[in-house]
Amino acid sequence: MRTLHQQPQPLQGQPSAAPLRLLLHRMSAGFPSPAADDTEDSLDLNDYLVRHKPATFMFNVRGDSMRGASIEDGDKVVVDRSLQARHNDIVIAVVEGDYTIKRLHQQHGRIELRPENPAYQAIVLNTERPLEVWGVVVGVVRRLTRGG
Amino acid sequence: MGRGGRRGATLDTRGLGMNTPAQFALVDVNNFYVSCERVFQPRLHNVPMVVLSNNDGCAVARSNEVKALGVKMGAPWFSLKDLALLHGIEAFSSNYTLYADMSQRVVDILRDYAPDLEVYSIDESFLRIEQVLPLHGGGVALGRQMRQRIRQWTGLPVCVGIGPTKTLAKFANHLAKKQSVFEGVCDLNALSRPERQDWMAQTEVREVWGVGHRTARRLGEMDIHTVLDLRNTPPARLRERFGVVMERIVCELRGVSCLGLEDITPPKQQIMASRSFGRPVHSVVELREALSAHVARAGEKLRAQQSLAGAVHVFIRTNPFKPDDPQYNASLLVPLPEPSDDSRVLSDAVWVALRKIFRVGFAYKKAGVMLTALSEARRQQHGLFTDTTTRTRDAELMKTLDRLNLHFGRDTIHLAATGTSRDWRMRSANRSPRFTTRWDELPSAQ
Repeated sequence: MRTLHQQPQPLQGQPSAAPLRLLLHRMSAGFPSPAADDTEDSLDLNDYLVRHKPATFMFNVRGDSMRGASIEDGDKVVVDRSLQARHNDIVIAVVEGDYTIKRLHQQHGRIELRPENPAYQAIVLNTERPLEVWGVVVGVVRRLTRGG
Repeated sequence: MGRGGRRGATLDTRGLGMNTPAQFALVDVNNFYVSCERVFQPRLHNVPMVVLSNNDGCAVARSNEVKALGVKMGAPWFSLKDLALLHGIEAFSSNYTLYADMSQRVVDILRDYAPDLEVYSIDESFLRIEQVLPLHGGGVALGRQMRQRIRQWTGLPVCVGIGPTKTLAKFANHLAKKQSVFEGVCDLNALSRPERQDWMAQTEVREVWGVGHRTARRLGEMDIHTVLDLRNTPPARLRERFGVVMERIVCELRGVSCLGLEDITPPKQQIMASRSFGRPVHSVVELREALSAHVARAGEKLRAQQSLAGAVHVFIRTNPFKPDDPQYNASLLVPLPEPSDDSRVLSDAVWVALRKIFRVGFAYKKAGVMLTALSEARRQQHGLFTDTTTRTRDAELMKTLDRLNLHFGRDTIHLAATGTSRDWRMRSANRSPRFTTRWDELPSAQ
């Protein structure tokens, strides 16, 4: 780094534009922090769970129809509307005006919304009851109760 | 949260655009409030419904079914009760938290297409698109893509109008919305000259952006009835009767761009109030108090210069000079449902923003409020969501408040911005849950 009290030097012709760079860390009087070079952004759960922010919504899960997929009553699920639902995706679908969370089974022209719990029936879709996917479930969030 | 970095990018594209003639797109959400409600309540599809203004007074958004019944914008709810009973019209209280969140999502999606963007109101944005048009294969293709993506990502239906000036983009948007042949996207550049003139001849002059009811009547006296009539009138003839604004409208209708995007607001167009705290502040309550005081001051300045704010920008940050402390800074721009100088509206917006950006566990050093998207109070576009009687009463209230504070010293009278006993709180008897912003109000799936 140059300091101000160097011998003055004559300018050589047209000086090229000197690139200015913003300092990314603060200068402080005293010793520099030895950790300054190693700092990184802290972990952000949003980064981990959310791919398309404007298209991402959260839903509350009620009931145990998806227990087999480790989605429990009271869980919050992350729903991405930007994704086109595919066979075997877990989706939020609209059936008779209500939301349901199920696994989409779409094979050989047969479309079903399958629960992951033998106590429940699959919902079969057809021309009378067409498939209406609200969004694709891409994550599950659960807080654990202590001692429980 | 880093929403701050966008301004720079905007400047760059502006510089590049010098040689390409301007092209504007106006994207707006159809029946915005109604559409937001329907996204989260699928059973409401095809159900006739309205959203009511503050205090549940008037219909400020109507579904197409309700429009078809002849219900006018701003119709008082009590006058609709018989009709509602007969046709099963459902009424919802305004859920501005939900609408602001959905609005932000639409703007975020649009910014991916064209960073040069002006949020004109909660449900409309202008975009400068001449630089990105070639990437998408022209205006119609770009419009369809934006429409499709917003529909899929947010569930909201939008219409897109494209033209070489803002006024023409607005006109194109009107066609996109009203004429089914366009399927929601109208690019005036894609029409032949006779076709354009034909549509202008079919559209009443009062549909032109900036032409109000009274102006339309006065134009009618001059035998100017359609958009085409207005376009073909020599601007000089209009200047003496209507002033330069009308002259500019005619130029814009002729394809000469006079109005740019107002995304880069000159310093005087913003009102800022911020302060560093004497000691570190940790709680949301304290931050809220500080921000309430700031927004009250900013509101005074706003009214003193007779402006209205279109959006409220809130920021909070920790002390960057204490690198050993955990650092956090965040800001959020909250567009207002309509431009306002009402401290209560501004203060509500601040609270919406603060709740979104506040994080526990930081020592906050500074907080501030900036009022932006300012417009002149006199020139406010009335019509859409305006309940003029309460507006005048509110203006009187604010004037009195400012006068008292001037007389007896600052803060003689101030808004009770904490606690839930605010008697001015919106009555919202039938507000839908805040589906997108509250953990305890998420939609449920079984």
